[in-house]
Amino acid sequence: MAEQEYDIIIVGSGAGGGMATYQLANAGLKVALVEAGGYYDPAADENRTQLRNPWESPRRGASTRRRPFGDYNACIGGWDLDGEPYTQKGDTEFMWWRGRMLGGRTNHWGRISLRFGPLDFKRKDVDGLGDNWPIGYEDVKPYYDKVDKLIGVFGSNEGLYNDPDGFFLPAPKPRLHELFYIDGARKLNVPVYPARKSMLTKRINDERGVCYYCGQCSRACSIHADFSSSTALIYPALKGGQVDLYTNSMVREVTTDESGRATGVSYINKEDKKEYQLKGRIVILAASACSSARILLNSQSDHHENGLGNSSGHVGRYLHDSTGASRAAFLPELMDRDIYNEDGVGGMHVYTPWWLENSTLDFPRGYHLEIGGGMGMPSYGFGFAANQYNDYLGERVGGYGNGLRDDIRRFYGARLSIACRGESVPQFDNYCELDPEVVDEWGIPVLRFNYQWTDYEIDQAKHMQESMEALLEASGGILLGEKPGANRKYGLAKPGEIIHEVGTTRMGLDPKTSVTNQFGQLHDASNVFVVDAGTFVSQADKNPTWTILALSWRASDYIIEQMKQQNI
Amino acid sequence: MTKPISNSVAINRRDVLKALMLAPLAGSLLASSGCAPSATSRAVSWTSLPKNYSYARTDAEKQRDAELFAETFFREHELLTLAVLCDIILPSNHENGGALAAGLPDFVEFMAKDRAQYKRPLRDGIGWLDSYALQNFGARFIDIEEQQQLAICDEIAYPDVQEDALQPGIAFFTLMRNMTLTGYYTTELGFRDLGYQGNTPNIWDGVPEAVLARHGKSYDAEWLAKCVDQTRRDITAEWDDEMNLIT
Repeated sequence: MAEQEYDIIIVGSGAGGGMATYQLANAGLKVALVEAGGYYDPAADENRTQLRNPWESPRRGASTRRRPFGDYNACIGGWDLDGEPYTQKGDTEFMWWRGRMLGGRTNHWGRISLRFGPLDFKRKDVDGLGDNWPIGYEDVKPYYDKVDKLIGVFGSNEGLYNDPDGFFLPAPKPRLHELFYIDGARKLNVPVYPARKSMLTKRINDERGVCYYCGQCSRACSIHADFSSSTALIYPALKGGQVDLYTNSMVREVTTDESGRATGVSYINKEDKKEYQLKGRIVILAASACSSARILLNSQSDHHENGLGNSSGHVGRYLHDSTGASRAAFLPELMDRDIYNEDGVGGMHVYTPWWLENSTLDFPRGYHLEIGGGMGMPSYGFGFAANQYNDYLGERVGGYGNGLRDDIRRFYGARLSIACRGESVPQFDNYCELDPEVVDEWGIPVLRFNYQWTDYEIDQAKHMQESMEALLEASGGILLGEKPGANRKYGLAKPGEIIHEVGTTRMGLDPKTSVTNQFGQLHDASNVFVVDAGTFVSQADKNPTWTILALSWRASDYIIEQMKQQNI
Repeated sequence: MTKPISNSVAINRRDVLKALMLAPLAGSLLASSGCAPSATSRAVSWTSLPKNYSYARTDAEKQRDAELFAETFFREHELLTLAVLCDIILPSNHENGGALAAGLPDFVEFMAKDRAQYKRPLRDGIGWLDSYALQNFGARFIDIEEQQQLAICDEIAYPDVQEDALQPGIAFFTLMRNMTLTGYYTTELGFRDLGYQGNTPNIWDGVPEAVLARHGKSYDAEWLAKCVDQTRRDITAEWDDEMNLIT
């Protein structure tokens, strides 16, 4: 199939792979982009779930095993893929979400686009835990700036040291429940700012549309007004003619020669189930932190006995995800509210970045707050426990008849919720490895996870719960449900559940304790790079996508430079 | 054979059609109205829901949905019992139609097949309801007088009731109320009943003034300065070197 030798083979078409494709193809290099899922464009009506009404789905948008975030979610993938198992060691409960589509998980993510700050690259200097990155904010800042302009992100410049300013598009105005949160937060001296998200509230170019406020970014935008790797990076790159796109192509391993240098990849064509090889001068892995680690571990040879790039034994190590916890409240002030279109952009319009000093707290690292609520579109689950809030009004819960219609209207949109997303402390003993016994449907060894939260994360979750309670009550809310206690780790999400897994091929100066250098280049093979979140030394309390994009661009510039100098 | 149903229980088809006519809706949901399969003497009827959907499914998803639609889970008696219960929970005598006009029995059956964890609670719940009706009124639930049905519902419609013997019935009724409301409010009838306004392209420019005033809220000038001027949304963004948007 492939006699041709590519300049570049990129495995995975999410944020990291999309950016590398865009940069390297635009630099005139011949690129093979290899994606395990199928072609996908949300502008094609056959892919459209956006603006559909609930009755266009027989399950009214309810989730299924194949659509864990609901029947209209754009993701083709999920926690549990047909034919692609993963396993757990001991009582580990790691959750692993994989996308199988062009653009990967960027098709349905929350678009929360936060730069890491100066402290986030040097956490060991701050609290003595974990390790510093080999680079600092000043190294990445120029790329964050360029990503802002190329892709578009709304937000506001607030002059915050560890939540740096950017080239922002203007923010959408807060919704009503968000105004309640703003007032509540201010009462407690907790800062609150416009959210920072990659949705186009203003035109950035002639190719992409401007947001029309349907609030459905998770369904993928048919006018390309939100960022996904496919819409903003891969389609433009494909137009240049420098990219061959291989879809439904599951990479088994990176192939190497006797000197240990990569020669390309071998992959399974999922349509004919046969194995093929691609030849390339440089291989770039962007399959997501755990999938890239898996490919490396499966790339065993005489020269790379423990897997490619794994002479340190660090591939798969330091796997870590964001911490997460959430809470909701009933807002009596919003009972019997006026009903109008409040969809806005997908998700929150306001947020609270980490605002405290850890020196005064009993846990390291911080978290940010994401605000939810409002008059969402009814879908499966709407009307469950229809009048449960009667409990707080001294009225009876339950009943039947047309009076339920009044209950539905009275309580519609009278809700405020907060979700916390925080930073965990990376651990050598949290890792993924090859399962010695289990293979996927193509016979490729699968990953086995070993992951336990430490007291750092559990104590942080306890603090999250206290913050959320105080903020919800200050906003006029009556707390719903029980506050989760120590027996439930204070509501701490399972590892992997927040879908920010990073760290499995971390960068560093020392080849004995890291997998790549500061450009994602393997210490053990100079023509293999990783440009997904595997290279993160620490996750910060920020969503990883904007940093993946910036680092992938930075790695691409380095690759172009090194090729010019004929170093690789 | 079940014994004939009293008129008080039988839902009058004309009323259902009337409700439908009051709701002159486009779209597939109400394009066809049909009767439940009827070997029994039931007159209860409801809007049939479509069995064909077309919305961005993978092949595996299409195949699974086809299998679900091909499967029959509820026996006729069970489906009729669900229909009567749905109609009690959200009656047809309303200008926006009730559960039957929204096709609830079809929806509940689909969800029971789609989420297998519902199968036992629904089937066992119907069984409990019938044996309770037999015990107290000498016939199965759909075969007793309307006042008798409502008397049973009054006993099981409130989760604060502590009586042990009623707990299975209370759990079942709660499930049916949840299914009925979610199945109704996710149709065009429910959207209208709620007054839902979203799911359409628009230019969000903040909470309406009158709503802000009603709740004693306002946008402060400092915050508004960070927000989008919707009259300039189509002008391509440019910034100065200080990160200030200048267009």
